[in-house]
Amino acid sequence: MTVESTAARKPRRSAGTKSTAGKTTTARKTAGSDPELVQLLTPEGKRVKNAGYDKYVAGITPEELRGLYRDMVLTRRFDAEATSLQRQGELGLWASLLGQEAAQIGSGRATREDDYVFPTYREHGVAWCRGVDPTNLLGMFRGVNNGGWDPNGNNFQLYTIVIGSQTLHATGYAMGVAKDGADSAVIAYFGDGASSQGDVAESFTFSAVYNAPVVFFCQNNQWAISEPTEKQTRVPLYQRAQGFGFPGVRVDGNDVLACLAVTKWALERARRGEGPTLVEAYTYRMGAHTTSDDPSKYRADEEREAWEAKDPILRLRRYLEAANHADEGFFAELETESEALGKRVREAVRAMPDPDRFAIFENVYADGHALVDEERAQFAAYQASFADAEGV
Amino acid sequence: MAAEKMALAKAINESLRRALESDPKVLIMGEDVGKLGGVFRVTDGLQKDFGESRVIDTPLAESGIVGTAIGLALRGYRPVVEIQFDGFVFPAYDQIVTQLAKMHARSLGKVKLPVVVRIPYGGGIGAVEHHSESPEALFAHVAGLKIVSPSNASDAYWMMQQAIQSDDPVIFFEPKRRYWDKDEVATEAIPGPLHRARVVREGTDLTLAAYGPMVKLCREVADAAAEEGRDLEVLDLRSVSPIDFDSLQSSVEKTRRLVVVHEAPVFFGSGAEIAARITERCFYHLEAPVLRVGGYHAPYPPARLEEEYLPGLDRVLDAVDRALAY
Repeated sequence: MTVESTAARKPRRSAGTKSTAGKTTTARKTAGSDPELVQLLTPEGKRVKNAGYDKYVAGITPEELRGLYRDMVLTRRFDAEATSLQRQGELGLWASLLGQEAAQIGSGRATREDDYVFPTYREHGVAWCRGVDPTNLLGMFRGVNNGGWDPNGNNFQLYTIVIGSQTLHATGYAMGVAKDGADSAVIAYFGDGASSQGDVAESFTFSAVYNAPVVFFCQNNQWAISEPTEKQTRVPLYQRAQGFGFPGVRVDGNDVLACLAVTKWALERARRGEGPTLVEAYTYRMGAHTTSDDPSKYRADEEREAWEAKDPILRLRRYLEAANHADEGFFAELETESEALGKRVREAVRAMPDPDRFAIFENVYADGHALVDEERAQFAAYQASFADAEGV
Repeated sequence: MAAEKMALAKAINESLRRALESDPKVLIMGEDVGKLGGVFRVTDGLQKDFGESRVIDTPLAESGIVGTAIGLALRGYRPVVEIQFDGFVFPAYDQIVTQLAKMHARSLGKVKLPVVVRIPYGGGIGAVEHHSESPEALFAHVAGLKIVSPSNASDAYWMMQQAIQSDDPVIFFEPKRRYWDKDEVATEAIPGPLHRARVVREGTDLTLAAYGPMVKLCREVADAAAEEGRDLEVLDLRSVSPIDFDSLQSSVEKTRRLVVVHEAPVFFGSGAEIAARITERCFYHLEAPVLRVGGYHAPYPPARLEEEYLPGLDRVLDAVDRALAY
């Protein structure tokens, strides 16, 4: 399933695209019909064997499977709450992960505590797995900070908004891990759009040259705002790795078990000193790019509907039910927990205070800077002039 | 070790060596910095003595160099990266501006990025395009970065020590045309603050302010002016962000005239900021507008024309005359 065993394919755009009424309906490969795709759970919830990757989830217990389900449900609930909070004016913006829960929970749960994660701005599910309090993710979207958690608290870097930049940070960090002789691994998240960025290509080059213990986890959600992957690449993204000299693999990004297994494999390669791996999680952005976006302008409803049938949560539920790994009580309890999370998030956001105005001048430098001091003093004097005028 | 006479490039080399010796977290990264010792030999011999894991030849990708240095800094290292020439920094500009400069603030102070970006800069060496530019203002505009430029070997040695010790990212502009100029370097001396300007020649009639390669020129200008009976003060700013406006103010309050000299284009250059702020601070002391001498609003010219483009003795003297004519 890795690139070494895969013959070159024709550009996907030659698979046929047709345009209707200004919208594009693509003949994209669908999960389940692609022989290159690593899949352990079909959309119908059937467990399929995979000689290469089964062993990475062989010992998984029903409790752990329920845990993955719970992670995905709670992440989706949190995400929906954040979208609502944006609609209510409590957040300025929200970037929904709807549809990408399996890719994020599967890969996130594959990481070890000492591993380090470099996210984009949509990795709410990975943050959840790392133990970052979800309410902390919302500060930047409310506009009270630009990143509200301690990156070293959970080995989960701050969200990076400039597309692809973090892949180089991950690579450098991984180079440091190797220098330290540690057996930790690093995972860098990015998307199909970012795959076009020079920084991503440079991170592939550096990680390959230095054999850095890093996993590049590309969530190909098919859309970079309005641009389909055909606008980013002529080859399947996972095949890019071959040119850099490390393996690439495409996994069903809506299959949490497959994402868990493939990411574990890639992280273990890194720990063993075998260098970088590219994982392309083939998934779909069910929602808009952000709450400011309107996908009806550029993509057809049928495409979304086709992916709805492959929903990551639904398929694990089908599997859990068929295998008698979860009963009604579990699902009911989870529903209660889910509502409680929504309530907690809602209340936390509404209670989030605006920062003190002098926060502008805080942490610009670690060792201070004369100009910042001067401007802070000017700002303070300006503010104080109002108090004088009011006779306070 | 007592004071030793050494070239500016050698002083940086010795400073890097000292940093590598005293702190195992210090790394050197860049194109050709290893076996070759850098195209200017600033890192000569360091890989041989400290190994390939600490003196790292990188792929030819400037964004990659700075981006991975950020990652290494997040891991606890103190990378000193070399950009081979001034005009090649721009692929790294995004990483420097959007990440290196802002990550400390973004993390509310929880993350520190002690990265030094060394950039040999400036003209006067007869080079081809992209090898003679002075882009310091493009970095000084960015909060979160500190910008310094030594003018002599002793400062080069000590300012590099201080830049590496700084918990903030420092862009270290090295005056490449002065790499071979020798000076006394007292490696046991206790240096003054990194961002403090220094009066290198006292005078009463006018202040010449400069940094990096133009300090030497300004001293020559002051010597020439002295022959005409004019007593010029020369201030080596040493730091472009922050700028030591207090020292500038003291000097200008005494001399009442200021000419700022840099190789970078005058338009939106550091001289513009200095002129504005000194006008505010010294309005009632000034006898003449603050004048600037620098490059023109044109691409850096072919080498055969660079002496016309760069501030030279006569152009600076001309500005001095104009300022004194008020």
